[in-house]
Amino acid sequence: MITETRTTLFYVALLTISVAAPFVFPAYTFQIALLWIMILFAVTWDVMGGQMGYNSLGNILFFGIGMYISAVVQVGLFYDVGTYTAHSGAIVPVFSHDQYFTGLVAGIIAAGLGSVILAALLSQVVFGLRGPYFAIGTLGIALSAGELIGAWDWVGGGGGIALPKYPGEPDDRSLLYYFLCFISAGATFIFFRWLYKTRFGLAINAIRDNEEKAEAMGLHTLQHKAVAWSLSAFFLGISGALFGNMTGFVEPLEVAFPTVTFGIFMVAMALLGGKGTLWGPVIGATVFHVIKEVTWTHMLGWQWVALGGLIVVNVVFFQQGLMGWAQDKWPERFGLVVDKGMSAETKGRAQ
Amino acid sequence: MTSIIEVESVSKSYGGVVANRDISLNVEEGKITGLIGPNGSGKTTLFNSIVGYHPIDEGVIKFEGQEIQDLRVPQIARLGMVRTFQQTRIYNQMNCVDNMLISVPHRTSKFMDMFKPYAAELTDRAEHLLEFVGLYQKRHLISGDLSFGQQKLLEFAMALMNEPKILLLDEPTAGINPTLINGLIDRLHRANEEMGVTLFVIEHNMRVIMNLAEHIYCLAHGEMLANGKPEALQNDQAVIDAYLGAH
Repeated sequence: MITETRTTLFYVALLTISVAAPFVFPAYTFQIALLWIMILFAVTWDVMGGQMGYNSLGNILFFGIGMYISAVVQVGLFYDVGTYTAHSGAIVPVFSHDQYFTGLVAGIIAAGLGSVILAALLSQVVFGLRGPYFAIGTLGIALSAGELIGAWDWVGGGGGIALPKYPGEPDDRSLLYYFLCFISAGATFIFFRWLYKTRFGLAINAIRDNEEKAEAMGLHTLQHKAVAWSLSAFFLGISGALFGNMTGFVEPLEVAFPTVTFGIFMVAMALLGGKGTLWGPVIGATVFHVIKEVTWTHMLGWQWVALGGLIVVNVVFFQQGLMGWAQDKWPERFGLVVDKGMSAETKGRAQ
Repeated sequence: MTSIIEVESVSKSYGGVVANRDISLNVEEGKITGLIGPNGSGKTTLFNSIVGYHPIDEGVIKFEGQEIQDLRVPQIARLGMVRTFQQTRIYNQMNCVDNMLISVPHRTSKFMDMFKPYAAELTDRAEHLLEFVGLYQKRHLISGDLSFGQQKLLEFAMALMNEPKILLLDEPTAGINPTLINGLIDRLHRANEEMGVTLFVIEHNMRVIMNLAEHIYCLAHGEMLANGKPEALQNDQAVIDAYLGAH
């Protein structure tokens, strides 16, 4: 009972802080919104990398694809996409209030669903790869997606595509996207928290620990892997749609498919927090994001060295991450105890 | 007597090495059948062929009358044939109860079943089976931290959780200390008699297999050397020669 009350209090406090943050620190609204996206990145990466043991280096693919799908839907509902991109932003078409929001909602939904379809299709190919080959294979897909979109003039090629301009005050826009990011990250966390409690959670853990054994026990391994990736892709696609609208401009290499920044950050954050745990990626993303922003502000010029150093220390000396370290230190808090009871029959009675 | 597994003239080569040559055998339903032979005689290869781990070169393998030599491992497992491994395989980062829960049969599972929670009866069943193998008190520990012998017992319990019709055990007593072996023999008998699981056991320890099996097949150099009742096989000169190294 006490722990339940504590947990409820903890979530209420977290919710209050999150809702109040953009009003208390209006100057940091964009940074905190970005933190929510980082948490979403780490949590969705951990589904595969931590819980299922498939280290994908290409999850950024769905972020970029979601962004482009959303952009094309938002523009395409009201203008011809080819004509729109041909002007490279020289002509700025006007989107009315209704058009903007209709497009945004349709774009976000399409981004999520489109990413799921893509993940389901790619699953049939990439899950033939295991271990480091899977990591390299997915990385290759993400890199080539960026190049392919960069060569596709209809969506603006390397020049990119501008998203509809927000029909209102800039402050309202920041708040809108802050809360959309917060809701997506929160929904992602709650969804996977639930998922890990179902049979699915144990099944992907089993695939991580010993896939051959899981097959020998009759588990539908490919089906689980495909669904795990598709669910990650759904939330990543939505985060891409939101991020594209936040920046207002989408181009293939730096914004949509930033493999060496966001693509690596999502791995680094999950590792830092402790992969394969529920809270690890959330904590890792928060710590990583704060360190990143602080080094950007106070160690300009050295920020990449600092981040690289953090990753090296993490991988070499601290592989279990923050949550893994806590579990090693206080195993009983994580339920790793020897039961004094002798038999399943007498369980629950005084012993 | 109905045969649950029928192996008919199965051959399997790895490159130039013939691991199994023209092997035929029957495993009878409800019985305990043994498979013995010196190291490298092709016992594990035969197990792997039966469970669909690799394609066979020639022959037919039937499970309950149905040809299964072209099916893959998970498909065969879902028919109700489960095997344990010589090198024990468990889910070593999960606790014992979770290891058991994920081992429930997937024979009839539908797509949406993936997202169901585990019913309390299943946890209860898992705990009873863990008690059956003597791991009840350690059920919340991470299975990878258990001793080798305990991991073997856990793997056996996981196999039973899968409610198999037949269980193929690859050296169940290897690496288990001698005092625990008697307990394990007793549990194998109970699994066979009380739970109705047919057992097909590879075993090196002659004392164990003589106490356990009702019918024994003996392989040597990839070929079927002899088969019969334990007592008959114990006195078979060809079997004695194979084990003592005479050729």
